[in-house]
Amino acid sequence: MTAITNKGSGPIIQEIAAVIVENKAYLSEIDGKIGDGDHGVNMAKGFGRASDRISAEDTLTDAMQTLSDVLMAEIGGSMGPLYGMMFSDMADHLEDTDQIDAAVFGAMLRAGLEGVQEIGSASVGDKTLLDTFVPALEAYDSALAGGADFAAALDAMKAAAATGRDSTIDMVAKIGRSARLGERSRGVLDAGATSCCMILTGFADGIKTRLT
Amino acid sequence: MQRFLNNPDDIVDETVAGFVRAHRDLVRLSPDNARVVVSQSAPQQGRVGIVTGGGSGHEPAFIGYTGRNLVDAVAVGELFSSPTAKSFHDAICAVDGGAGVAVLYGNYAGDNMNVKMARKMAKKDGIDVDTVVANDDVCSAPLAEREKRRGVAGEIFMWKIGGAKAASGASLPEVIGAAQKAIDNCRSIGVGLGPCTLPQVGHPNFEIEPGKMELGIGHHGEPGMRVEDLRTANEVADEMVKIVLDDHDLPDGTEVAVLVSGLGATPVNELYVLYDRIEQQIEARGLKVYRPFVGNYFTSLEMVGATLTVMALDDELKALLDHDAASPGLTT
Repeated sequence: MTAITNKGSGPIIQEIAAVIVENKAYLSEIDGKIGDGDHGVNMAKGFGRASDRISAEDTLTDAMQTLSDVLMAEIGGSMGPLYGMMFSDMADHLEDTDQIDAAVFGAMLRAGLEGVQEIGSASVGDKTLLDTFVPALEAYDSALAGGADFAAALDAMKAAAATGRDSTIDMVAKIGRSARLGERSRGVLDAGATSCCMILTGFADGIKTRLT
Repeated sequence: MQRFLNNPDDIVDETVAGFVRAHRDLVRLSPDNARVVVSQSAPQQGRVGIVTGGGSGHEPAFIGYTGRNLVDAVAVGELFSSPTAKSFHDAICAVDGGAGVAVLYGNYAGDNMNVKMARKMAKKDGIDVDTVVANDDVCSAPLAEREKRRGVAGEIFMWKIGGAKAASGASLPEVIGAAQKAIDNCRSIGVGLGPCTLPQVGHPNFEIEPGKMELGIGHHGEPGMRVEDLRTANEVADEMVKIVLDDHDLPDGTEVAVLVSGLGATPVNELYVLYDRIEQQIEARGLKVYRPFVGNYFTSLEMVGATLTVMALDDELKALLDHDAASPGLTT
């Protein structure tokens, strides 16, 4: 129970995509409260299209690159480049790694986080996807450092991602369209933090069912 | 609201297809990218190319300002969503005439990221790219944080000035300088009376109660900064002029260009009702209206409301504003 194989793990991305597509209306609804209400539509379109181009034998590397290509070339918005960079940098990090163990996965997430931070300009506390991603990765790393196994570290990541997502309710947006609302952006979940939580949760669940 | 729709997912492609058909004298579709509209007169060897881009749903912006001596290519995004970096990059490549390309766009998180990435890609191709980021929307941030303000209808003046400067044979830094001066001299405000609905979402993305108006509303249905009781057209016009000019310390006698645009569902006659008062108020504050523009120049689907943009002019901007240009959205 320490690793998954890269080959054949591409469908994890399809499972994440299914959750995003299922939550299309929900993501658009929360985005519409302080943004323009297109987050779910664009996310579902991008993840859905990518899912159709991934096959069961694909490596996780290839599946993430496919998703990145669709997001960058066909979706646009702000989530296109942000998640596009994230999945592209994660795919670049994995490359042809055969076995994805806890350390490899953590380093892959770190590469993805750095990709997001390079293209965007947000910090933790700005009411963005970073408020999910940063604490989730911290929780994952410290669980491993504390002796947890891969599955337990993934559980810690999931829990921290949900807490991080929920922390955006009380935040005032500092970046993106909702930033112009100041105090009026308080009291609503951030759509990017919410979709990021779905992605990280999808990774955790997808990996746990494949651990050998 | 009832709509003319096929599959909502196809609405942008169908809009672009119809637009290119209707205005084939002025524009064409890029053979490489169905989300890039190119002027029939671009590229021109030795001339700076002008590129913009933005989400759809603002027609005639952004595609409608593609034409002669105006914007050379437009990257087209989904409804209210930034175009991809690839589309910005393809637009840059489509208009490069060896003298560099000016990307003149609005200050939105997605556009900033996608243009940044497109600029990197263009650099690899050896194309010199520089940018001006429009930030004319007064209510979106305080003056001291102008770099945080949104770009709205002032972008049209920025494109007009940048396009005319490029047409005069100016260098890339000169075109950037003129476009930057244009947007620096612009102040805008939007007033919303009713929300809009993305067809794929299916319900309004915010509400405006009957009898209320939102001052400082954004071009994507971003709620306004202040909700007040709706007053008479004259009182609303007075408030718009006050907000715009209080933000802009203009010397007595300054000549200005004025643009009043509907947001999509406001009848054009009401725009003239507003304009009648707006010009009187502007002149009462010691300014002179050099050239007005009134109509649906920059819309937000079927939002009810209007925007006011005032651009302070000098001799250079006056000449560039009046310079010959032709596009579906604006002809001078």
